Amino acid sequence: MDTPATSNLRSPSPSHAHIIGWGADIDRAMRPAYPKERTPPRLPHPVEPPQQQRADVEVLHSTERPGITPIFGTTLPPAGLSGRLRRLAFRHSENDLRHWLMLLLADRVQMGEGLIDDLSRGHVPNLYAEMGGRAELKHNPLGAARKAAIGIAAVALVAMALKKRRGGGRRLRG
Amino acid sequence: MLAMNYRGPYRIRTVHKVEPEIEHPGDAIVRVTRSCICGSDLHLYHGMVPDTRIGSTFGHEFTGVVESVGSAVQHLKPGDHVLVPFNIFCGSCYFCQKELYGNCHSTNPEATAVGGIYGYSHTAGGYDGGQAEYVRVPMADVGPTVIPAGMDLDDAVLLTDALPTGYQAAEMGGIREGDTVVIFGAGPVGIFAAKSAWLLGAGRVIVVDHVDYRLEFVRSYAQCEVIDFKHVGDMAIHIKNMTHGLGADVCIDCVGCEAAGNFAQTLLGIKLKLQGGAATVLHWCINSVRKGGTVSIVGVYGPTFNAVPIGNAVNKGLTLRMNQASVKRHLPRLIEHIQAGRIEPRRVITHRIDLRDVADAYHIFSSKLDHCIKTVLVPPGVAQEATTAAASH
Repeated sequence: MDTPATSNLRSPSPSHAHIIGWGADIDRAMRPAYPKERTPPRLPHPVEPPQQQRADVEVLHSTERPGITPIFGTTLPPAGLSGRLRRLAFRHSENDLRHWLMLLLADRVQMGEGLIDDLSRGHVPNLYAEMGGRAELKHNPLGAARKAAIGIAAVALVAMALKKRRGGGRRLRG
Repeated sequence: MLAMNYRGPYRIRTVHKVEPEIEHPGDAIVRVTRSCICGSDLHLYHGMVPDTRIGSTFGHEFTGVVESVGSAVQHLKPGDHVLVPFNIFCGSCYFCQKELYGNCHSTNPEATAVGGIYGYSHTAGGYDGGQAEYVRVPMADVGPTVIPAGMDLDDAVLLTDALPTGYQAAEMGGIREGDTVVIFGAGPVGIFAAKSAWLLGAGRVIVVDHVDYRLEFVRSYAQCEVIDFKHVGDMAIHIKNMTHGLGADVCIDCVGCEAAGNFAQTLLGIKLKLQGGAATVLHWCINSVRKGGTVSIVGVYGPTFNAVPIGNAVNKGLTLRMNQASVKRHLPRLIEHIQAGRIEPRRVITHRIDLRDVADAYHIFSSKLDHCIKTVLVPPGVAQEATTAAASH
């Protein structure tokens, strides 16, 4: 890759003399992304268009393309209800709001699927650890205490409400 | 191998998953030596980016040692210690031919608006990221750059995104000698944009944020003025009062979709997700820049839409510039700047955390605990290695 020469460093103006490197790239020829579009690209080696990657898993592609790209990621192919939502979403173009809203919905649905998957494998997620509870306790103990107090208060309120409801039910039956 | 694993908004853990394999003759498998958490990873972590699938491994800023290469790879070999630009790009498509590597058309089937990015949802191609022990690196002859001998790995890992993005943010501002440049956001990208504005000859650099320790850091590190927006009534008036009533020559958005500072934007964009994030900083940029000035945007926004005062931008005759950084394009010059001592990127790193504690690392970064500015994740067994890259074989 050819690199601009560094010989034209200007002397900083007196008010900026204390700033190391001031004006080193003041000349636009020194700026690596000027002009915005530059052909041919200054890559270190000549590049041939990539061969098509083999698709062994389901890969969704934008309707604004004729097919999948030569290179793609193969992680986490669509599955389950969230996968069906994602396939529906990909019937609409990126220009269509429904595409994105369905993908966001699929993301939320998959949270539930992930939880069910964990439990079905006998793994109870440690929400405290997953949400960085240990770091919160160490670096923001007051905040952790406040969150704990809010949590306890919320549980207590729900418990009281349930108790009251049961009590009310008994009175009605009596 | 050990890898970060997304379980839903604000929930992540480390898991053991199958090591990546060569899937294309142009691939390499890289053993990760450093990976950062980027501010834009927080948009994934907070559930803001569509098609972020449960089980994803994030991480688009990483360095590592090449373990194996595909049959078509000619210029990279096992043992090379590389820094890997966050863009996955082919180098030969219509856009790569114009050096717009962040806009590559050959690496992301799921969307046309953005190229492939490591560990950044299926909207950016469905690749696993570098917050793991190993990662698949496609187009290995094109993207990765061998780390210059003697370069500190912490400097190298910041060359994969944060520093080039900050530099490009300043560069897209078209800064001329003596310009007043206002940068919104004192995170790592904003900090590097401030440093870069000086390299480009700015006359005055002002950074806006509301996190006091970050403002203190950038004031010292980038030798700039700072504004704490908590103490400012109206941003546009404040900037105009600082610039003889005209406005700044260049305003730069280094915040993106999770900006604080405006209740309505926060409610509609972040809490209710009725737009692609809070456009607070876009408002401030358009309304604080002078007529005929330039707004440069590198903050990440969602793909739907945002309410911005585009009429003001038209009436003021503004130039709006924006893009994902084209990292590879910037590397030679930025490496020169580091080697010449003009920038010391690693000084922004405040936390070095074992990959096994990734949930704590995200929480510390997201909640800005413990004066966190930049977090580097280190896979187990790597922390004791030399911190500088050895000469390439």
